Amino acid sequence: MDDRTDELHSSVTGHAIRHLIIMQSKRAGVGHIGSALSAADMLAVIYRHLLRAATPNDTDRDRFVLSKGHASLALYAALFLRGWLAQETLDGFCGNETLLGVHPQHQLPGVDFSTGSLGMGLSYAAGAALAARLERSHRRSFALLSDAECNEGSTWEAVMFAAHHRLESLTAFVDMNGQQALGYTRDILSLGPLAGKFAAFGWEAIEVDGHDLEAMRSAAAAPTTGRPRAVICRTVFGKGISFMERQVAWHYLPMTDADFSKAIAELDAAPCA
Amino acid sequence: MTFAETLTELAAVDRRIVLLTADLGFEALDAFASRHPDRFFNVGVAEQNMIGLATGLAEGGFIPFVYSIVPFAIFRAYEFIRNGPVQHRLPVRIVGVGAGFEYGSNGFSHYGLDDLAMTRVHEDLTVLAPADFQQTRSILTATWNRPGPIYYRLGKDERITVPGLEGRFALDAPELVRDGSSVLLVTTSSISAEAAVVAQNLDARGISTALVVAAQINPFPREAIATLLGRFRLVATIENHFPSGGLGSAVAEVIADCGGSSRLMRFGATGEIDGRSGSTEFMHEMFGLSSARMTEAIAAAWAGTT
Repeated sequence: MDDRTDELHSSVTGHAIRHLIIMQSKRAGVGHIGSALSAADMLAVIYRHLLRAATPNDTDRDRFVLSKGHASLALYAALFLRGWLAQETLDGFCGNETLLGVHPQHQLPGVDFSTGSLGMGLSYAAGAALAARLERSHRRSFALLSDAECNEGSTWEAVMFAAHHRLESLTAFVDMNGQQALGYTRDILSLGPLAGKFAAFGWEAIEVDGHDLEAMRSAAAAPTTGRPRAVICRTVFGKGISFMERQVAWHYLPMTDADFSKAIAELDAAPCA
Repeated sequence: MTFAETLTELAAVDRRIVLLTADLGFEALDAFASRHPDRFFNVGVAEQNMIGLATGLAEGGFIPFVYSIVPFAIFRAYEFIRNGPVQHRLPVRIVGVGAGFEYGSNGFSHYGLDDLAMTRVHEDLTVLAPADFQQTRSILTATWNRPGPIYYRLGKDERITVPGLEGRFALDAPELVRDGSSVLLVTTSSISAEAAVVAQNLDARGISTALVVAAQINPFPREAIATLLGRFRLVATIENHFPSGGLGSAVAEVIADCGGSSRLMRFGATGEIDGRSGSTEFMHEMFGLSSARMTEAIAAAWAGTT
């Protein structure tokens, strides 16, 4: 990895992404805040350190799929901080005529694939990795999945394919926040040892703290072992806002004015990691 | 197999062509696999992932063909088709083999009776249903590099040909295989040869019958069909599909939207699917699609109009 990448994209931080998530979700009155917050640091690592793309339209750019499309606000924030999205466009989030809806649309520059239905993104990313191999390109493919998305059988079809074909340019980040729409994953459909499952399917699987940027970066940037790589990220749903952390309600709820003031105060008091 | 042979030739001139199969096509795909091994992938029994992979490949500039039996290609993977190639308008080619009752003895799981309805609702998904293997070749050659996704609904019996069609195909122009002055038959897909028999039967009874093969189901060649309909009081659609949602519905929509006073009879698989199966011919007889049963019904209707 080119060290200059760090310098170029240093404005992409988890803290900045969280701030934008809170601001925009309040402005738009839209939920999915907890899911976006849990993935904020993962998106920071991907857009700050990993994703090589001179422009969003560069045909030989690395590809990224936000398979858990409902965390779109974290993606829009990362695209904005990377300089690919104008403030005016970002401020259109969930308004009329916007390309920035609750789920990402590929018509928006910087979004490689539209998502919103779970269990599809890893197949897209595997196809992108296969395309790169056929073209003998060194571009990489990244997908960010939710843990509950691993309930979908189609996710495991893609896992098997990527392992069989040793798609070493493919990296899956799994946001293991332990929650899904109606409760905790352990109560709804237990995933068991997720890293162990990926490993058993033939992937290189590394479990890390999903809020430790350096840990995620080293896991993703380590030399390839010739296999696809799963970075299983232990995260906290609603991370960074005390009253949202691990609270199922914040999967859907929008914020009241009081919630918003408290959330912003907490972010302002937090170190800009 | 004509489709695979033609694709193998096209792949020799276009490096963008990739073929994926969900573990079907025993022997049929060998030619492609041996000539272009680097661009042939058996993805295993995983149709959803196959469409997802094809979406990723097409986004990267490739023209992926995905191959399976009609219901597995379309229904198992339907949401992937909808959210992937259709939504992204990417040149993924879905190849479904075995239209209608062609997998007769295999039972309901293998029938393709509802696929046209499910695919033609999407304006940007081209749907092509060749009448025989000769038309399969010309359709593939004429359309493989068309923008956007395509569904090829292929027949599997290569012994059948539609007399007089000679494999002709042109976009937006249904093929008038034989002309007539009383009744118009509009047909599509691999049941077209059966429709040709109906036309001959009706002619033999003194009912001058025209036969049109409409292999292009979507976008439907509305203007050409509307012009043809204007010449006939009695029109019958013949398709190996349920009576709703396919060719018959497309023709009915033309009549509704463009005006017209033709009486329309829609022949499709009609009857209760009750677990009994048999040969394609047996199933056609059972579900009202044998040439004999259709001839009787149309002759009776014609007698009623005169």
